[in-house]
Amino acid sequence: MEIVLDGLSWLCIVGGLFFMLVGTLGLLRMPDVYTRLHAAGMTDTMGAGLLLLGMGLQTIIGIVDGDGQYWFVLFRLVFVYAFLLFTSPIATHAVARAALHGGLEPYRAPAESAD
Amino acid sequence: MLRAFGLGTILVVFWLLLSGHYTLMLISFGVGSSALVVYLALRMDVVDHEGVPLQLGGRFWLYLPWLMKEIFVANVAVAKVILHPKLPISPITVIFHGSQKTDIGRFIYANSITLTPGTITTGVEGQDFEIHALTYADVDGREEDEMDRRVTWVEQGD
Amino acid sequence: MFVAATAGILISMTLAMVRALLGPTVYDRVLAVNTFGTKTVLLIAALGFLTGRPEFLDLAIVYALINFIATIAVLKFFEYGDLGHERRDEAVLD
Repeated sequence: MEIVLDGLSWLCIVGGLFFMLVGTLGLLRMPDVYTRLHAAGMTDTMGAGLLLLGMGLQTIIGIVDGDGQYWFVLFRLVFVYAFLLFTSPIATHAVARAALHGGLEPYRAPAESAD
Repeated sequence: MLRAFGLGTILVVFWLLLSGHYTLMLISFGVGSSALVVYLALRMDVVDHEGVPLQLGGRFWLYLPWLMKEIFVANVAVAKVILHPKLPISPITVIFHGSQKTDIGRFIYANSITLTPGTITTGVEGQDFEIHALTYADVDGREEDEMDRRVTWVEQGD
Repeated sequence: MFVAATAGILISMTLAMVRALLGPTVYDRVLAVNTFGTKTVLLIAALGFLTGRPEFLDLAIVYALINFIATIAVLKFFEYGDLGHERRDEAVLD
């Protein structure tokens, strides 16, 4: 049981790091602020989600071992993710809105696209 | 009034979960500060169907798992685009017509669109949502239509 | 395991900082700093597990709050030039 949870937790943390690094890579590769917002959104949803899920599985191991204090840790992890899910789209929207208000034209792909 | 009591209950439970220490003094601090927050919220006039959306009932929690699945699928799609050596993006802005009647429904729909990577709501005008998408495939309408139906189902409440 | 998580988060924080320094427009910088803040929240959480003191998550919650409010405040400042903007100002200008 504990081995399974530990393995799953590893998987989640590695997956979270992968999505987080890809999102940051997108932040560097994308051509303008609007497209960068898409990449940054990956970090907030999937990267944070999988990392916190991995930590949550670790606390579940603690709960299975019989340490009741870990229930509070689990609640805090869930709350951090819920908070990120509520604030991330608002911050994203605010950046997009401010950029549009500031008169920044969205990037358009060249007419002759590769595909 | 029911909403004020609901807000107070939620705040007290939240305090109890965060604190972890159950002595009479700390619990009474929690109840006192929750009452103060409810009083301030009433003074600010934000205890209504938007500030404390109790009318959504359990439907929102049924909607969440589906949203999580959509977020996962969209994340994988955007990760593929970013890792593609040629970076095959063709950003477009489209106007999407939502079927939500209430403000809270539009709020949930707009934020759900933004949460799924690949699409961002840049503006809401009445029932029209202005969406910036990374590639055309992100707004071909299939996911958005289903999300629209589900959010409308959520806002109808119990 | 949490050593790997901490290291990965630190690497991606460095990359986000590169975008904040390069970012041609102020919006790129705000976006990069917001992402940086989200990663800081995760870093605090991972550090808490790494040192065996999950109470660090309380700090992570507070940091998430500060990060969100700071982003909105900075954007509002750059959009309107002050933090006390009201709608009727627009009506006078139009």
